[in-house]
Amino acid sequence: MEREPNIVVFACNWCSYAGADLAGVSRIQYPPTVRLIRVMCSGRFDPDFALRAFAKGADGVLVMGCHPGDCHYVEGNLKAEVKVNMTAKLLDAVGIDPERFRLEWVSAGEGSRFASIVKEFTLTLKKLGPSPLLATPNVQKSSIAEREQVETGGS
Amino acid sequence: MEKTGAVLIVGAGVSGMQAGLDLAESGFKVYIVERTPTIGGRMAQLDKTFPTNDCSMCILSPKMVETAKHPNIELLVNSEVQKIEGEAGNFEVTIKRYPRYISEEKCNGCGLCAEVCPVKVPNEFDSGVGARKAIYVPFPQTVPLIYTVDREHCIDCGLCKIVCEANAIEHEMQESETAVNVGAIIVSTGYDLFDAGALEEYGHGRYENVLSNLQFERMLSASGPTGGHVMRPSDGAEPKKAAFIQCVGSRDVRHHPYCSQVCCMASTKEAILASEHAPGLKATIYYMDIRAFGKGFQEYVNRSKSDYGINYLRARPSEITEEKDTKNLIICYDDTQTGELKRDEVDMVILASALKPSLGSEKLAKILGIDTNTNGYFSARAEEMPFDTIKPGIFITGACTGPKDIPDSVGQASGAAAKVESFLAKAKGTLAAEKKEVPEKELQEEPRVGVFVCSCGLNIASVVDVKSATEYAKTLPGVVHAENTIYACSDDTQEHLKDLIKEHDLNRVVIASCTPRTHEPLFRETCREAGLNPYLFEMANIREHCSWVHTKEPEAATKKAKDLLRMAVARASHLKPQKTRIFDADQSATVIGGGIAGMTAAAEIAKQGFKVDLIEREAELGGTAREMNSIFISGKVPESVVAPLIEEVEKNKNINVHLGAKAIKLDGFTGNFELTIQKNGTDSTNKTGAIVVATGSTELKPEGKYLYKQNENVLTQSELETGLKQSKFDFESAVMIQCVGARDEERPSCSRVCCTEAIKNAINLKRLKPEGSVFVLYRDMMTFGGFEEYYKMAQEEYGVKFIRYLQERPPEIKEEDGKLKVTVYDSVFGKNLEIIADKVILSTPQISPEGTGELQKVLKVPRTADGFFMEAHAKLRPLDFTSDGIFLAGACQGPKDLTSVIAQALGAASRVCSLLSSGFIEAEAITAVVDEELCIACGRCTEVCPFAAIDIITSDLGEEKARVNEALCKGCGTCASVCPNAAITPRHFEKSQVIAMIDGLLEGMKDGT
Repeated sequence: MEREPNIVVFACNWCSYAGADLAGVSRIQYPPTVRLIRVMCSGRFDPDFALRAFAKGADGVLVMGCHPGDCHYVEGNLKAEVKVNMTAKLLDAVGIDPERFRLEWVSAGEGSRFASIVKEFTLTLKKLGPSPLLATPNVQKSSIAEREQVETGGS
Repeated sequence: MEKTGAVLIVGAGVSGMQAGLDLAESGFKVYIVERTPTIGGRMAQLDKTFPTNDCSMCILSPKMVETAKHPNIELLVNSEVQKIEGEAGNFEVTIKRYPRYISEEKCNGCGLCAEVCPVKVPNEFDSGVGARKAIYVPFPQTVPLIYTVDREHCIDCGLCKIVCEANAIEHEMQESETAVNVGAIIVSTGYDLFDAGALEEYGHGRYENVLSNLQFERMLSASGPTGGHVMRPSDGAEPKKAAFIQCVGSRDVRHHPYCSQVCCMASTKEAILASEHAPGLKATIYYMDIRAFGKGFQEYVNRSKSDYGINYLRARPSEITEEKDTKNLIICYDDTQTGELKRDEVDMVILASALKPSLGSEKLAKILGIDTNTNGYFSARAEEMPFDTIKPGIFITGACTGPKDIPDSVGQASGAAAKVESFLAKAKGTLAAEKKEVPEKELQEEPRVGVFVCSCGLNIASVVDVKSATEYAKTLPGVVHAENTIYACSDDTQEHLKDLIKEHDLNRVVIASCTPRTHEPLFRETCREAGLNPYLFEMANIREHCSWVHTKEPEAATKKAKDLLRMAVARASHLKPQKTRIFDADQSATVIGGGIAGMTAAAEIAKQGFKVDLIEREAELGGTAREMNSIFISGKVPESVVAPLIEEVEKNKNINVHLGAKAIKLDGFTGNFELTIQKNGTDSTNKTGAIVVATGSTELKPEGKYLYKQNENVLTQSELETGLKQSKFDFESAVMIQCVGARDEERPSCSRVCCTEAIKNAINLKRLKPEGSVFVLYRDMMTFGGFEEYYKMAQEEYGVKFIRYLQERPPEIKEEDGKLKVTVYDSVFGKNLEIIADKVILSTPQISPEGTGELQKVLKVPRTADGFFMEAHAKLRPLDFTSDGIFLAGACQGPKDLTSVIAQALGAASRVCSLLSSGFIEAEAITAVVDEELCIACGRCTEVCPFAAIDIITSDLGEEKARVNEALCKGCGTCASVCPNAAITPRHFEKSQVIAMIDGLLEGMKDGT
């Protein structure tokens, strides 16, 4: 069987998680590649979350929030955008293709958009192949993991 | 004499329960009388609900549990109203209590008695498809879970008495009477189903493979008699070809002249589900008109065709016969497209039985002294007073007033509750009980996690291997107990969960079921009742995010479910107890929109003693109704409704009207909003506890279609109304064209109101000029419910001509010699008809008005793809937004007739008053907190906080530190992700908790699960 990529999604409670719920209620089928972690706002996204996920072997990471202007916390989503852009550069620096990491806006009414993002991102990741950190379990990976350990106090 | 602060509700279906919950929440004592042994009503019998295919039990169960648990609600099941005395405000009601031959106090619902009972009888709850014992509960999730002896079938063998450890069986129990004193009564007795056997030509009752839709619904249900397997009763075989026949007993002068309103969508749903249960099934729906008039209905029908291959055939079968050997069925019908007589052989037939008033409605009407209409439903005092009866203090709601779907019934229930709340406003709280506080148990160091994996009937279990997931959960760190349950949200599971928390000394609970967005509050409450802090609970969403979206990949779905479980357990172990915060609520509300919906809501809220700000964009109140010629299909003029309402609103001292104003900024949170209103260029900010959005809808102007704006004789329906109102309209031959700009690719929805508008105006035209000709060119006449009778009246009494056109061959229009020539392909006669008209009226859909997008951005509430505001849950919370404290009413949610608009506005008022009446708000515990040891006062958190909730203060030690103002903090967590020192943390979404999920997920994957 072809290896399916594994994708960690950080989705805001109000728009994107609800959009994923709507995809379910509407029975819109998409690849079983994503696992959602619910946060109240995409503004909660912390670059460490993405670094940690890649260090532990994720093939891709998605951050999802409300469309600009719709954020329940005014502009948490825009704050997320700043952090996502910064994180992408960081990932590039450690040899992770920035295409493996992206930010998407999904509203509570966009079940089909949620599903098509997952489909499309899954395809992209399949083309890119498994995360380089999985292929070379050496210096890069452990250095990120070590940094993580320090930052989170080993939790 | 002072009024009594108690209310009696007759009928415990979803409508009765919702009314009861609203009233109980507002501080009234509520008695709910129910004839059957369980609450839940019809909805409990359904497998799924349209148009979302939401599991019916799953959305009903939390309401049943809440109803049963509420300290202000007393359930009287197996009971009927016998007599009422007294008057509005102080009724004494005598209630007959039928013996259940089992002590309600002693029975613990263990079910041993039913296991040993030797007598099997057909189960009414399964519409006779399944069997029950003579000692029984109607269905496994019955509330209250108390058994009943059916004395008619009991053979007095005494086996039940022997096994009953609780000694609950009392065969000598007698019928009894009990009296309650109440200030008001709500009747919500719902509907019954027409006996399809009365239409002999269809053979229900004679042919084994002809089922009623309710029987089929029970067959689809995982907890039903066949365990969710679709099979032919004659041989148990899975059907390959099934026919659904619409309008069985409906739109039929021999039986029920009205349209039953729900069956078109119910059959669409059943056909979809049948195709899912029996892959490869060919399903055909025989229909007269497909009435897909509600929000998302037409899209649902489209999907049933494109994704499931459901075939829709416009025909009313004349007869069904049975093939003796195969028990297959032959359907004879006239093909309306070709006029030929045709036959089709299928192996199963499902009849869409009409809805009819529930048994005993006439008798109840007599006892209560209220009226029924010609169809036997309880009748309202007037179209604009949908809940009032002729007797003060007695109100009606839900399907007992006419066929209704679930959202309408739920919305209406809140409306009826509002009427009672304002009627008994002064007696509010006089008989309410205090909420019981359960002491919280001490939290030990080591996590002891209990895991429940829900099957959700077959919603999860048909895709995910729940047994294997449950076994897997047992292996996860910290898990001391795991089990599988058919419905995690049922009342008995809540009790079981509480027992298990005690038995296994659980300090964390994980439920793998559906979305936390609907069910988390229920499970948290159960944890609280067991003495466990509600924040020590976590959900894994293995339905919306798993079984429903990976239907065809059971292995991958099972693996994903295990991953989600592992993540949830990992997070659960890191959870900490949290305290909710109590705030004073500002006891006032703001209504946005000064049309009928907004004014009705404002007036109702004001009547209950709260201050209301009413904001209207235009320079005067009244909204679109003011411009109309007549506002109900009966022909009532707007002046009779709009003018008195405007007067009421303007005179009421509690209402402050802001004309030419709009909302431009919203701060704060439920109970404590700060809304900035802009008027004449100046801004003012008001405190307000709750907000109702009632911004209505507007008619689409069909530029570029059918010579609109090119020929002055081509008008829209509203322009016709204006012409009629100003007596400026004359015609010889008028043609109305339906679905202009609706039900097409660009705008797939049906706009719900245009067909009845067209009929209303067609009748008005014929009244104006009986010799004139009026043609209505339509695709499907959406005259649902009682509107059907006006459709008939327009044809038969007024001679309006209706011609059906096909979507693929729409009418064409040309200008010839100063006249308009409309050509339409008549699908019945198979040829083109030419109509020379001097007036052409286009029926265009309602769309969301200008400014809706702007308001959406101010309030941060969602809209659906068609631009209308989106409610929190189509079935459970039709009047709420997801954001607490903001509600919606009327056509801003989707096109609506005026009676529904008023009903919704009253409902939204009730939701507001329930929220405001206690004077305080219990807010989420999720706020940020600073660890002052780590804080270096860099100020980055104060910069990103959108609510200015963080200040740099000087601590007791004289050091500069960040501090969170909890009243302002909304818990988004943005501050935490910029803190360079990890000193600030949002409660319940701590970094360690998120990291635990990431690690739990990805480290577990290496193990090859």
